[in-house]
Amino acid sequence: MSDQQPILELRNVVKRYSVGRGMFAAKRPLMAVGGVSLSVPRGQVLGLVGESGCGKSTLAKMVLGLETPTEGEVLIDGRPIAQLGRLERARLVQPVFQDPYSSLNPRKTIASIVGLPLAVHGEGTGPERATRVEEMLAMVGLAPRHAAAYPSQLSGGQRQRVAIARALILKPQLLICDEPTSALDVSVQAQILNLLMDLQSRLGLTSLFISHNLAVVQMLATRVAVMYLGRVVEEGPTAEVMVRAQHPYSRGLLASVLTPDPRLGLPDTRLGSVFPDPLSPPPGCAFHPRCPLVFDRCKTEAPQLRHHQGASRAACHAAERDAAMAPA
Amino acid sequence: MSDITATPPPMKLRKKRGRILGNSGLILAGTVLGLITLMAIFAPFIAPYDPYLQTLDDRLIPPAFIDAEMADPRYLLGTDNLGRDYLSRLIYGARISLLIGLLTMLVSGVIGTVLGVAAGYFGGRVDTVVSFLITTRLSLPVVMVALAVVAVAGGSLQVVVLVLGLLLWDRFAVVMRSATMQLRNLEYVAAAQAVGCSTPRILVGEILPNLIPALVVVASYEMAQAILLEAALSFLGLGVQPPLPSWGLMVAEAKEVMLFDPWVILLPGLAICVLVLAINMLGDGIRDVTAPEGRS
Amino acid sequence: MTTPVLDVKQLAVQIPVTDGILHAVRDVTLTVARGETLCVVGESGCGKSLTSLAVMGLLPGSARRTAAHMRFAGEDLLTVTPRRLRELRGNRMAMIFQEPMTSLNPAWTIGDQLTEPFLRHGKGNRREATDRAVFLLERVGIAAAGRRLGQYPHELSGGLRQRVMIAMALMCGPDLILADEPTTALDVTIQAEILHLLAELQREFGMGLLLVTHDLGIVARVAHRVAVMYAGEVVESGPTVTVFDEPRHPYTRGLIDCIPIPARSRPGVPLGTIPGLVPSLVGGIEGCAFRDRCAFATEPCARPVPVVTGAEGHAWRCILPSAVPSLLENPA
Repeated sequence: MSDQQPILELRNVVKRYSVGRGMFAAKRPLMAVGGVSLSVPRGQVLGLVGESGCGKSTLAKMVLGLETPTEGEVLIDGRPIAQLGRLERARLVQPVFQDPYSSLNPRKTIASIVGLPLAVHGEGTGPERATRVEEMLAMVGLAPRHAAAYPSQLSGGQRQRVAIARALILKPQLLICDEPTSALDVSVQAQILNLLMDLQSRLGLTSLFISHNLAVVQMLATRVAVMYLGRVVEEGPTAEVMVRAQHPYSRGLLASVLTPDPRLGLPDTRLGSVFPDPLSPPPGCAFHPRCPLVFDRCKTEAPQLRHHQGASRAACHAAERDAAMAPA
Repeated sequence: MSDITATPPPMKLRKKRGRILGNSGLILAGTVLGLITLMAIFAPFIAPYDPYLQTLDDRLIPPAFIDAEMADPRYLLGTDNLGRDYLSRLIYGARISLLIGLLTMLVSGVIGTVLGVAAGYFGGRVDTVVSFLITTRLSLPVVMVALAVVAVAGGSLQVVVLVLGLLLWDRFAVVMRSATMQLRNLEYVAAAQAVGCSTPRILVGEILPNLIPALVVVASYEMAQAILLEAALSFLGLGVQPPLPSWGLMVAEAKEVMLFDPWVILLPGLAICVLVLAINMLGDGIRDVTAPEGRS
Repeated sequence: MTTPVLDVKQLAVQIPVTDGILHAVRDVTLTVARGETLCVVGESGCGKSLTSLAVMGLLPGSARRTAAHMRFAGEDLLTVTPRRLRELRGNRMAMIFQEPMTSLNPAWTIGDQLTEPFLRHGKGNRREATDRAVFLLERVGIAAAGRRLGQYPHELSGGLRQRVMIAMALMCGPDLILADEPTTALDVTIQAEILHLLAELQREFGMGLLLVTHDLGIVARVAHRVAVMYAGEVVESGPTVTVFDEPRHPYTRGLIDCIPIPARSRPGVPLGTIPGLVPSLVGGIEGCAFRDRCAFATEPCARPVPVVTGAEGHAWRCILPSAVPSLLENPA
């Protein structure tokens, strides 16, 4: 196990569903994820950004082994996830989901929810587990008395802390956070983000952090990947993507983050609001109907994710053209 | 609105007790059902007479509240037209009704829950097969099929329970299927899968506990339904056979003298009515109390 | 300033719950002028949505509403008959809800739903209704508006449905629009477009806009004035720039500090937080409702806190003598 080995590696991962349209219509293929290759080195956080339907949650499910890729491979710590057993996989990768109201079983106490992974993996005796659960609760900022509570007695933020405790108790190699703060109030979101940042630096976690909000992602992520209609359109170091985004969609996403500055007024994202039908994606670059920089080539030829300038990669003909025209 | 506060844990028990005591329907139904159950269990000690003992000299003696002059203090609720003590027969009759209700509910509950949960959780082909079974079952008229089977196999307690149990699972299956489908998509099921739980463990640990409120309601409904159906079958002479003191049978036996002595049919009829009502109310009440708090 | 289109004073909403009475909205006073956007902002359970429902007279049946006065464009909403209220709703005051999928009836076409309030309120005949529907659909940026009229809600995307909702709200030319989290269910890139549209239309038609949201980013970008709600009360209100620049209530400051901002917040630099939990509103609260979570709380905070008024209608419910500074390590 060398340090160069990425903890998570996606190799050209594709996920297709077939979608029925009523009883008599033929099923149509829906490309939820269309060939994604990414890797996350040990101790790093990859932020995955995109809007609903871009395939980011499907990607998370495949990494967790809850869905099987149609094509391609998911490797965790160098091992193909398809070849891992249920328990082995669970030790490597754990999730934190979006909705703290549906991610905890309402009929179980917090102690038994957080202790479930230990019980399933047969770790320790009863008292040992109780101690570890208590330590874990303390680590995520919950009091020992919460152990006996039921989820309905906790606030949304406290519940999300429980979900984080459950995910970390097995000390997984990789943590998948799927919109972990989207369902929370802003002040609670801040608490959870601070907690994740703190855990990140204390435990050196490797994680995949999924969100639709770039401002949230850049709090944690060392690198960012932007997805649009199942494909990665830009990938690079967080600072670079935040400051010099190359893909017009990344720039639009960034512009639509509404910072609380009363003098700025509403941003003009120039993206329009017509979201394409994922069942019949546009030809060429899937983003071209919304793109302010569109030219002829975009309508026929799908761009590949490539280096144009700097350390990040973008899938954009306009970025390629601009880079070619710019003086070296 | 319950999001506003985060109640500290110690409230839990007190709250639950408050919810039970605050539910007057539940208290009433529970008391009635408890009394009927005690009566059924301790029938030999409570009943003043042997329910089968015929005293042909004392036929059709009315209870005191019907006809004070004709009444006989030895028979609190009078006697039937074979001179058997009506109170004793009613007490023993509770045994038959509860036994049939409970056993039928168990048989149909196990069949329906297994099919429904399997269909809801696994979906796909399993769901197609189960849905077909449900549709097939729903196309069978329960009373007709029960009558036909009992007519062929002969009426007895075992046959009645088996026939009803095999016919009444559809509601369990339908409700459990849709409830499981909803639960299956919740994130705690995905979390349990990610943690490495086996499928049986997820079904038993995550799905089933959350099905209990729905299960209780359906079970109580089906138990009441089974009791009513048993009464109907016995009334038609195809349920449990005389001289067993089934309430349905008692109604049937009373119909010959109904015009002259209506109380003979009234008492077992009332007993069936009260029992069925109590069971249904209890089911509703238990659901209200056991439903988890929080976002509804 | 002209008379406001909406003028609410000391609004209170009480809801009976199992263990007492929930004081969900307490002493809320607000006004919206024509052509003005007032944002009511707060976190879940603060009473912001109930406030807008109370104005529309759409509270759940068990809730009790009281107010010193509640006037809407010359009408007294406290004494108005249910019939007159129905005439006002959808006609002179319109509402836009959060979830455009559930607030459009799936069984009716877009055209039917757009023209229905216009016809019901006797604004004109079917022909005029259709013309106005087409005009407004085009105005809210829907291409091929004539064809859209025959479509059903499920045939439209979320962003388009919310545009239809906005067009529907505008059908009768209302004086006031109440929008409850109109963009929360939408994707971020579409949110900006919809807010643009709302602000533009509001200027164009000179309507009052009461926008309920949890997002201070939206408030900063679209509101003329803002009312910050906490635990059922307006804790601070005033012109947007003033409130954001010199917040006088620690809760407002806390909310501003906990928003992640690109380029300012970085990995390793924690966001500001508001410790503790919102107090229970069952049974009412004495004194400042925020004092248990407040870094500046002192003994007088346990007594009733008067509303202090500053320049330009800036008002706050706090005894602190000056604006609350940011507690972040490197404020912008």
